[in-house]
Amino acid sequence: MIGLTHYLVVAAILFSLGVLAVSTRRNAISVLMGVELILNAGNINLVAFSKFSDVGISGQLFALFVIILAAAEAAVALAIVLNIYRNHHTVTVDRLHSLSG
Amino acid sequence: MSDLLQAAIASNLESLQFAGPELALTISILVIVTVDLVYSGEKRALMTGLTLAGLLWAVWSIVGLYGTEPRSLFAGMMALDDFGLFFKLLMAGTTLVVVVFGIQSTDIDEKLAEFYAVLLTIVLGGFLMASSTNLLMMYLTLELVSLPSFILAGYQRHVQRSNEAALKYVVYGGVSSGVMLYGFSLIYGLTGTLDLFEVSSRIAAQGGLDLTLFLAATMSMAGFGYKVACVPFHFWCPDVYEGAPTPVTAFLSVAPKAVGFAMLARFFYVGLSSYDGTLGTSLAGQWPELLAIVSACTMTLGNLTAIWQNNLKRLLAYSSIAHAGYMMMGVVMLSSAGLQGVMFYAAVYLFMNLGAFFVVLLVADRTGSEDIKDFAGLGWRSPFIAAVMTFFLASLTGLPPTAGFAGKLYLFSAVVEGGLWWLAVVGVLNSAVSLYYYWRIARTMYLEDPAVAEPLGIPAIATVTLAVLFAGTVVFGIYFGPLSDLTAQSTTLYAPVQAAAQAMLR
Repeated sequence: MIGLTHYLVVAAILFSLGVLAVSTRRNAISVLMGVELILNAGNINLVAFSKFSDVGISGQLFALFVIILAAAEAAVALAIVLNIYRNHHTVTVDRLHSLSG
Repeated sequence: MSDLLQAAIASNLESLQFAGPELALTISILVIVTVDLVYSGEKRALMTGLTLAGLLWAVWSIVGLYGTEPRSLFAGMMALDDFGLFFKLLMAGTTLVVVVFGIQSTDIDEKLAEFYAVLLTIVLGGFLMASSTNLLMMYLTLELVSLPSFILAGYQRHVQRSNEAALKYVVYGGVSSGVMLYGFSLIYGLTGTLDLFEVSSRIAAQGGLDLTLFLAATMSMAGFGYKVACVPFHFWCPDVYEGAPTPVTAFLSVAPKAVGFAMLARFFYVGLSSYDGTLGTSLAGQWPELLAIVSACTMTLGNLTAIWQNNLKRLLAYSSIAHAGYMMMGVVMLSSAGLQGVMFYAAVYLFMNLGAFFVVLLVADRTGSEDIKDFAGLGWRSPFIAAVMTFFLASLTGLPPTAGFAGKLYLFSAVVEGGLWWLAVVGVLNSAVSLYYYWRIARTMYLEDPAVAEPLGIPAIATVTLAVLFAGTVVFGIYFGPLSDLTAQSTTLYAPVQAAAQAMLR
């Protein structure tokens, strides 16, 4: 029987993978994909808690809002990445180093 | 069912009359966007006028609401109290100054209407941040401030460092808010509610949740810490501040930081402690101790790194990290004195930090460089600018008789009152360190010979703006009674239990 723990473990793994992707990937798009993993780990938690305990549907509503926000965030982030690609012809974060110190 | 629906609609309509500042901004944003689409003539003056009018309208309605009995709005999503209103006032005040900066800056010239619309959206988000009392609302408003901030940081689309600043901001912002969301989801799982008041009462009822709750609270801290730029979530700060257009940097260094502190304080005081209006204890384990360590690390790292900077915007970025550390001291105390210290410091920080950034903007626009060495001889090229800059720097250091001194006085006295002596000592030592790099700028302005000796011409409006910021820094340093009273009466956070008790007394 699949219970709350299974969902929480999946979410925790997803969260770790997201953090791993953000901290090791050098391609800006991959980094943004890592961010999506982190957000969806939170979503799974919210929905699982809401489904498996007697606390109402506020967690599922929260997840809906997060999905919408993730789309908005991706739109802004991809616009920025696209603009960088136009100016620099690269989306590798390592090669953007005019700001440091 | 329809009764429930009608009750909800009635409650929302009733709440609207207390949401005047937010309505004012929403209407202004819509008007600006529409006018920009319809009108095709010379827009610069028109758009600036509309923006200023919208902000003044918001300020007017905040002042009108001040002192209203605290209450819950929109079915518990937001709270109306003087604490939130105070931070809204700071946010609107900062934006007014930044709009005046923006007109004079060469960084902001194309697509002015969009700049203003996005800027006002951040202000709207900040207003909601300062008053949200629900985890869902906190997450949404934090993102409502973050997303437009990314756009503003990358506003100069063809400038390499502006692009880079925007990308770094977006990545750090996304990760931090994601980690915060995960923390919120754990809090939801532990307590079964998203409402902050419910969270605190259920934690108090359950007990024994210390370690998991501590973990969840720490993860939530990622989002708040990123907004106020404290260690270890500060990495974006220097790069974004250096790369973003200077008016945007000035805005980001004051406004989101102030409301970030408002939200952190509300989350911590209302949700995770037994704060009753004067004192409280943590319900989530060693959270105050953790914040105290974060505060000490933040100010030490900010100050020690600022010493090595040669770019002024970058130096001020590290200095703003250090100031976040000072303000964090007040939050740690879990007392109304600590809250008052944070509010007082945020208010004086507005004047001194915006003043310093405005001087950098004026000089950099005319010399084409933000390096400290290009400030050489400013004392002769423009005695007025150099004199007020010196005063702003003295205030940032915290020397009497400036406002910065009064602000630090309140913060340190709250810390000492709460018995955290080691933190107060770290804070004082840090102020001493900051003296070194702030006075390095003053020394360059007065004691080094300029490469070009011709006087720096500044327009009258810039002189007036500087004079206003200077006046704020002087007045709150000498005559800080009124600001002190205002902050003291604004430390009450709305909580339903207290509201019920007060209603019974009446």
